[in-house]
Amino acid sequence: MATNLPEAAPARADKPLTIAGRTYQSRLLTGTGKYRDLEETRQATEAAGAEIVTVAIRRSNIGQDPSQPNLLDVLPPDRFTILPNTAGCYTADDAVRTLRLARELLDGHSLVKLEVLGDRTTLYPDVMETVKATETLVREGFQVMVYCSDDPVLARRYEELGAVAVMPLAAPIGSGLGIQNRWNLIEIIENAKVPIIVDAGVGTASDAAIAMELGCDGVLMNTAIAGAREPVRMARAMRLAIEAGREAFLAGRIARRRHASASSPLDGLIG
Amino acid sequence: MDILLNGETHAVPEGCTVAELLRRNDLAERRVAVEVNRTIVPRSRHETHALAAGDEVEIVHAIGGG
Repeated sequence: MATNLPEAAPARADKPLTIAGRTYQSRLLTGTGKYRDLEETRQATEAAGAEIVTVAIRRSNIGQDPSQPNLLDVLPPDRFTILPNTAGCYTADDAVRTLRLARELLDGHSLVKLEVLGDRTTLYPDVMETVKATETLVREGFQVMVYCSDDPVLARRYEELGAVAVMPLAAPIGSGLGIQNRWNLIEIIENAKVPIIVDAGVGTASDAAIAMELGCDGVLMNTAIAGAREPVRMARAMRLAIEAGREAFLAGRIARRRHASASSPLDGLIG
Repeated sequence: MDILLNGETHAVPEGCTVAELLRRNDLAERRVAVEVNRTIVPRSRHETHALAAGDEVEIVHAIGGG
């Protein structure tokens, strides 16, 4: 074991992620589904360093053991920004109804993740229903982070409708296919005035790093961590990848060139 | 009288309030949100909102999801 390596140079200043006026040090947002139990959820969330965690809203179990622990006991809302989502909703009406319940559940908390699905195979968002729901939610005072396809025109529309963050997919939810259309993401990022969070499709740490290198403000993921053989270890890998990708973006990568460019000077060669 | 609670028929006493419904189902201490006939009943009105026969009640909570 190499234990005497010097510490990495301290991180240079970066502006924090700001969503709806609130700042966050972490650019990794995590889901809370698919974990073995709540303890693993807690450990993975800690290892990821996430400050914003998304949760689903579902019917309470009537007549079941009331002593069972609650998700919000292990991820208390005074420590984490809880981001209720509309996963599983296929209409604007269902999504809006779900988020009204979420706002009541979380004592008036208005930051939400809107996703309105249009297809059970791809889980691609339904554009028409998502637009409708965004309009209603913004009118009702919600701060909407909207899951959408990686379409630059659409991303701008959501921003114009009042979304506080636009969250294009990198690939289908849970697919782990990684960034499929980096040119679209770059286009979205360059034209955005609100944070762009890649939501869905990340498979492993390099995918998260690529998203950040492109200039995304953050990445939201669930399956890539929860479905890994060792979720807590993968959560840490993702935290490091997000930090590395962000630093690389800020540092400014070299231009790609087709041919080699020697690293050693040509002057002073012997012979 | 019968109400529809989370999609299933559920018997409650006449005049049962939302708060009483939560207590009867060991949910009074849990963080839940309640909707009656598609309208939110805020926590501040749980004690006073009386249910009527046939009401459609949804009680929800937060669970793991992405």
